[in-house]
Amino acid sequence: MSSAPLTIERLTRRFGGVVAADAVSLDIPPGEFHAVIGPNGAGKTTLIGLLAGEIAAQGGSIRFNGKDITWLPGHRRGQLGLARSFQITSLFPTFTALDNVAFAVQAHCGHSFSFWRDARRDDELRAPARAALERVGLASRAGLRVDRLSHGEQRQLEIAMALAAKPRLLLLDEPMAGMGPEESARMVAILRELKRSMTILLIEHDMETVFALADRISVLVYGRVIASGEPEAIRNDAGVRRAYLGDKEAPAQGARHG
Amino acid sequence: MTTSVDPALTPSLDVAPKRRLTPRAAFTVALLLVLAFLPLYATLTGDAFVLTLFTRVIILAIGAVSLNLIMGYGGMVSFGHAAYLGIGGYAVGILAKEGIASGFIQWPVAIAASALYALAVGALSLRTRGVYFIMITLAFAQMAYYVTIGLDRYGGDDGLPIRQRSQFGGLIDLTNKTAFYYLCFVLLLVCIYLIWRIVNSRFGLVVQGARVNDRRMRAIGFPTPRYKLVCFVIAGAMCGLAGALLANHTNFISPAMMHWTRSGDLIVMVVLGGLGSLFGPLIGTATFILLQEALSRVTQYPDLFLGPLLLLVALYVHGGIQGLLEGRRE
Repeated sequence: MSSAPLTIERLTRRFGGVVAADAVSLDIPPGEFHAVIGPNGAGKTTLIGLLAGEIAAQGGSIRFNGKDITWLPGHRRGQLGLARSFQITSLFPTFTALDNVAFAVQAHCGHSFSFWRDARRDDELRAPARAALERVGLASRAGLRVDRLSHGEQRQLEIAMALAAKPRLLLLDEPMAGMGPEESARMVAILRELKRSMTILLIEHDMETVFALADRISVLVYGRVIASGEPEAIRNDAGVRRAYLGDKEAPAQGARHG
Repeated sequence: MTTSVDPALTPSLDVAPKRRLTPRAAFTVALLLVLAFLPLYATLTGDAFVLTLFTRVIILAIGAVSLNLIMGYGGMVSFGHAAYLGIGGYAVGILAKEGIASGFIQWPVAIAASALYALAVGALSLRTRGVYFIMITLAFAQMAYYVTIGLDRYGGDDGLPIRQRSQFGGLIDLTNKTAFYYLCFVLLLVCIYLIWRIVNSRFGLVVQGARVNDRRMRAIGFPTPRYKLVCFVIAGAMCGLAGALLANHTNFISPAMMHWTRSGDLIVMVVLGGLGSLFGPLIGTATFILLQEALSRVTQYPDLFLGPLLLLVALYVHGGIQGLLEGRRE
């Protein structure tokens, strides 16, 4: 058995007649930035749901740091160090950015049956939360209510919340969704910075990002991994080009799959 | 209101407020001062009724404050909160009838019985959401209501007079109207202080986070149902205390204490004053009861005027009277 943080073997899930995950196998070694790409309906969101524990698998296994987590509920996986960001921004809009990240810190500080001390003055929560905001470049927005942040900033905050959980593996579900070019560029810079210190599994639509950041790429089509390898190999893979990228267009030229 | 504040800079419920005397804070301080000196006014003018009226305001405000903890901060709209008034009241009344007059026994029993009832109701109702939660809490309260009607030994439908108020062994004499008023007032302040501590604690933040985005809280790793349940029990226990006070205030218990319209009144008081604000429920209760009292002097149908007023508040004022004082409008 490999010592990879994440080993997925023949993971399968059907919805009615649709096979959303068809014997998916992936192996992500420590420190790797692995990207999963695929057209709409390829099963990317199902895969992240299976990994995060929101969707139950019907076959296969997920091993995380050598432990079989296939049947663990989502919050237990989080405690083991598997953190995810959400594709659709899912924050606490009436709370400040710092409060939002502090929630994520607090979830990993044991139980919260503490009724007396002011949690907003608790350095055990606030200091790591501030550090996470700093890492995504939001330190100056810490005291602002989240519903006053821009879309791009909210996406950055999503990443900060995932980071605050001190994850051993970061699952990123389309962090660029709905972003303009400028915001995307900022996010790429943030991800490039994160890449140096952690193992990341990125699900993404945006080709440019994927080819710029990933160490390895897996291509998912109809729930099946049709190719897995380094960006250069994926770019030149005939099957991938036919199935997904389109014959003529080279992905490096900034093709964005709609 | 003299200042016009940019809404973007308005401190919200969840953001630490700036230290400045806002109209809202000034109003709250003024109200507390009025309440603190009311017995003096009553003595000087010989107006005993005003003291009785405000004792009632303060007791029901404890109920409203406790409801606000689950409804305003926790997003759990309980339509059966009057049940705790009844349970607290019946604990006092039943023990008094059975010859146990000591408040040191009566009041803890009132609080514990309410907490236990809240635990049972919460454990079942918190599995549901939205309208279903409202209906289940209502159904339980109606059950409690009909149980008290069936208690023939304790007056059944007619209720039961309490001959002797709770005894505290010479420590405090509850038959002294001023002493009783101040006891209620202090207990109200203690409850508000407790809630202030709770909502800003780790526990309180989990409950508030669950109100705003329960799914995300669970995804982060909080088992939110158990936090909500504990919050529900705390609110029930607090309202049970209000019930014990109410029984002592009226020297009478009856099923009407927990009639569903009373639960509705409590919701109205909280919404009127300002959901999820510390002093909002007190302001709402005072406004509600004083308006009801004033209107009942000029008309036979006070609700006919109270209703439209509430409608206006619900439609045009965000955050109740507290929101109005802040200059927040929808």
